[in-house]
Amino acid sequence: MAQSWKIRLSGTGGQGIIRGAMILAEAALIDGKNATQSQVYGPESRGGSTRSEVNISDKQIFFPKVVTPNILLTMSHEAYQKYSGNIEQGGILVLDGDIGKDGQHEGIDVYCAPVTVIAREQLGNEMCANVVALGVINSITHMVSDESMEESLRRNFKASIFELNLKAYKAGLQAIIQKR
Amino acid sequence: MKEIYKEYFRGNLPHIWCSGCGNGIVMSAWARAMDQLQLDKNQCVGVSGIGCSSRITGYLDINTLHTAHGRALPFATGVKMAKPEMHVFVFSGDGDCAAIGGNHFIHACRRDMDMTLIVFNNHIYGMTGGQFSPLTPFGKKSTTSPYGTVDPDFDLCKLAIGAGASFVARGDIFHAKQLTDLIVEAHNHPGFAVIEVMATCPISYGRHNKIPKPADMVNYLKENTVSKVRADKMTPEEVADKIVVGILHQHEPLEYTKEYAKLVKRLQGGEK
Amino acid sequence: MSKVRLVQGNEACALGAIAAKATFYAGYPITPSTEVAEYMSTMLPPRGGKFLQMEDEIASMGAIIGAACTGLKAFTATSGPGFSLMQELLGYAVITEVPIVIVDVQRPGPSTGLPTLSAQGDIQQARFGTHGDHSVIALAPSSVMETYFETINAFNLAEKYRNPVVLLLDEEIGHLRERFDVEDEAVEIIDRKRPTCPPQEYIPYDNNEPDGVPLMADFGAGYRYHVTGLTHNEKGFYTSKLPEVDASIRRLTSKIEDHVNEIATFEEIELEDCEVLLIAYGSVARSAQEAVMELREQGVKVGLLRPITIWPFHDQRIKAACTGKKAVIVPEMNLGQYAREVERVAPADTPVCTLTRVDGEMIEPAQIVAKVKEVL
Repeated sequence: MAQSWKIRLSGTGGQGIIRGAMILAEAALIDGKNATQSQVYGPESRGGSTRSEVNISDKQIFFPKVVTPNILLTMSHEAYQKYSGNIEQGGILVLDGDIGKDGQHEGIDVYCAPVTVIAREQLGNEMCANVVALGVINSITHMVSDESMEESLRRNFKASIFELNLKAYKAGLQAIIQKR
Repeated sequence: MKEIYKEYFRGNLPHIWCSGCGNGIVMSAWARAMDQLQLDKNQCVGVSGIGCSSRITGYLDINTLHTAHGRALPFATGVKMAKPEMHVFVFSGDGDCAAIGGNHFIHACRRDMDMTLIVFNNHIYGMTGGQFSPLTPFGKKSTTSPYGTVDPDFDLCKLAIGAGASFVARGDIFHAKQLTDLIVEAHNHPGFAVIEVMATCPISYGRHNKIPKPADMVNYLKENTVSKVRADKMTPEEVADKIVVGILHQHEPLEYTKEYAKLVKRLQGGEK
Repeated sequence: MSKVRLVQGNEACALGAIAAKATFYAGYPITPSTEVAEYMSTMLPPRGGKFLQMEDEIASMGAIIGAACTGLKAFTATSGPGFSLMQELLGYAVITEVPIVIVDVQRPGPSTGLPTLSAQGDIQQARFGTHGDHSVIALAPSSVMETYFETINAFNLAEKYRNPVVLLLDEEIGHLRERFDVEDEAVEIIDRKRPTCPPQEYIPYDNNEPDGVPLMADFGAGYRYHVTGLTHNEKGFYTSKLPEVDASIRRLTSKIEDHVNEIATFEEIELEDCEVLLIAYGSVARSAQEAVMELREQGVKVGLLRPITIWPFHDQRIKAACTGKKAVIVPEMNLGQYAREVERVAPADTPVCTLTRVDGEMIEPAQIVAKVKEVL
């Protein structure tokens, strides 16, 4: 298990990519680890491609960005095109549904799970796809504890939507994940 | 008047203004108004920008802030917001207020904070030697309009009314008693009060426009001003060339610092 | 549960301002600084503080200077283009000696540039952006926690020296989220010296205070003095008398520059035996620190001097650090604005190399590692 996670979450503006990264980073802090979260975005609040980066480490983190991630989540075709070619050898690629289904990634563990479909059909709200994705990532990597994730979700969402998002996280944990 | 001088000026006169300048009349009208209002001088703030008229703050025995060109209103807004209990008087000129400070002016009108703005309108940039301003009447000459301006001028009072000021008046230096009364009323109005004062600059404006004698300039004001009450009874054609003086507009303000105080009270649980 | 929180740099700045007892904010929205205004608009009203959104950055400066004259601790936040608009009144605050804090979250310029990306292009603007001779204090934190503490420091220095203080964040630090665990720590809060003498004895611009900083009366406290952007005598009134002008303008600079030892702070990393010295500040210092760790593992004798205080520039300290080094490298997200100052003071036989980046992205540790190997 890597001591340091270099995570890039990518997708479309409005999918909650940045919020997802914040939840993940805060959960790691609650676990007692160090974490940084940063993002790159265009002028749009909705649409356009978005990426957010999280470093998680037991050691102090200096350079806060991610140049070559050891885990990449892509939640849109555009983000897949843009970022999937740049993953550390031995790293992990997590894909939403059939994104990049014909892609070849040598030396990379590729997982896919129907993140957006689960959010829409099981939870009735596509807005929580980001949290479903966190469940999927954590079921593969166990990078943060479930307790810290729950606390982080509690801090990041209003009481009225906390339960929905906790359900979304659990749905992600239990999702059928295909290894390609 | 001697007592009033002693009470409201700092004793560093003579002022810098040229002989024949109308600014001194506005300054003494302010002092007379202060005498009527009987405010605590420690709680009064005078804020001005840059230009001949803005030098007034140096002479007034209150807290004074002589700021940068056009910026008196933002400073005054900061003072009033910080200490709403203070009485804020802002002094500006036609160039200071309507040109470089024009954006600040319309936003101060919109916010409608309880303060008094006195604009000395002598139609010219006096301190820089007589260039035309946005309040120089069309066609008039100045050092930068030697052939007469082709610039349309603002009606500052209409601009103030349009931007939301809840008290708008015009006075002039011939009617000094009325000007004093207008300053008193403007101060007592609980919102943003604008007084445009028609002042005179014989040196930089009069000389270029065939009225070089101070007395002629004052006489011009005497002969061409009409009160709001009288103007309302005149036809538009009759009013067209006249300077209408008096309170031109007044409405109940939604005063900014009071609304802000209500917000604070609500957030602190004092009031629903 | 742990009280450690994930906090953004701009939020830490707002929290630091509250901790420093700032009660007045006026600003105009501009990326990437806007979160500072958003947090202040949320935090100030319930605390009875004052928040104003002004019509532009010039007005924002006017409002905070006005508020500061009444005795409040006031500040604004902006980015490069807005900082340019503020320069006129920054000079006003210098000559009138009104304490204010300006937060500049830097982005690439000139002009609109790259609003959502990062740069350190306002280093010289912070120092020389306004007209006339003056001095300024500017601080550049490197982390979210440090942003909190340096914001408090900015207010303290403003109050202590009666001068504008610029907090130079960059987009990278302003938008970075990381560990924040300040627990009601006792922080030193400095307030301006206020007069207690009878009003007739008050000299608002007294040149004879031992520290060069006159006492400042609040508007409304009974002193009824005059504040002007014209050169003024000790009483505060306009003067063009040569000795009076000369004394006051020189004091404006000397009250800062004479106290550089007290004002300027640095972090030193692996300096003892270092042969190649890195000098880096703000977000880039983090890349430099990572590069130092990597190179030290390889046995390369490299160290980092991290100025937290950008201005006043500590000539002696920087010169001493450069002396005897094989090379000095100044990585920065501009075309060498700070390197230029380092070059000015470094011994003639010490080469000062720049490592620059102006595309909005952070300088990466690998770039610095490569540069060090190149100069060795």
